[in-house]
Amino acid sequence: MFYPHTPLHERCSEVQESRMGLLTELRDSISRVTDRLFSASEPKRIGIYGPPNAGKTTLANRIARDWTGDAIGPESHIPHETRRARRKENVEIERNGRAVTIDIVDTPGVTTKVDYKEFLDHDIGKDDAVRRSREATEGVAEAMHWLREDVDGVIYVLDSAEDPFTQVNTMLIGIIESRELPVLIFANKTDLEDSNVKQIANAFPQHETVPLSALEGENMDEVYDKIAEYFG
Amino acid sequence: MPEVKRGDHDGIQIDLISGARMENMRSMEKIRLILDSVRDGKIVILEDGLSPDEESKLIEVTMTEISPDNFSGIEIETYPHKSSDSGFLGKLMGRDSTKKLTVIGPANQIETLHKDETLISALISRK
Repeated sequence: MFYPHTPLHERCSEVQESRMGLLTELRDSISRVTDRLFSASEPKRIGIYGPPNAGKTTLANRIARDWTGDAIGPESHIPHETRRARRKENVEIERNGRAVTIDIVDTPGVTTKVDYKEFLDHDIGKDDAVRRSREATEGVAEAMHWLREDVDGVIYVLDSAEDPFTQVNTMLIGIIESRELPVLIFANKTDLEDSNVKQIANAFPQHETVPLSALEGENMDEVYDKIAEYFG
Repeated sequence: MPEVKRGDHDGIQIDLISGARMENMRSMEKIRLILDSVRDGKIVILEDGLSPDEESKLIEVTMTEISPDNFSGIEIETYPHKSSDSGFLGKLMGRDSTKKLTVIGPANQIETLHKDETLISALISRK
């Protein structure tokens, strides 16, 4: 290629950059192929999804504490407490004499709207509320990105005392199904008086529903059996 | 036909968009059309709805556009997803389960009163 107005050192630099680009692309391609070859032996990334305040972080912490001794993140009754996807790697769950290793990804609660005024009801000042709402929107966008690109399976957590027929649930289950990801529905908060597990099971009859209370640690044996069965 | 602008009447504009109008649009064109309309205070009704992937992108783009005291997001309603037709056989038989009537509006103007497998009841109000 002829470069009439480009100094020699710049042309050399461009050729060098072009070669580097090709090398980088080649390296990335090889990396992708090897990733696929060895993916079967790597831990599966299991995303914990659901609407805000369903108890996703409480569940993630319960699983992480039970099998690694560490928590993943802070729990709170304030919506959007989790505003960044958090990962706990190499969680080894032992069931029936065999071990299943997974990476847990605790994601921010998915919604189609975030109004900073909702935070004001929780004794949070306006500046802090605006900051939280901005972080929450970034977190939801990040969660959607993880769902499209980076998870191998989904634990969908619902508050069993709440109506499951919401648009967020409808859309997210549709998105998960369209990506053909294995999914378990966890009907959480069975310790609440208004808990209605049957309503959750009726809303998503095409998927297995497991009742539990992540807060009280109720029915965790079945939870781990199902995780090993679905994602092992 | 002369177009009636929103400012001409003290009401809420509802755009019913046919599947034919959307079928040749790219995903981002659809999302832009929806969000521009909703941010303008309109209610958008899509005859055929969006694919799951487009819904996922709609949520993601909506999140990036939310700003305090200006735009707090969208309310969107469709009927619950039925998986029976989405399998291989369903696709082979031409039953496209992604097609579903979809209502989208500004979050501060639509409130869902009731929703189940066969009915969506919503209240649309002025700002």
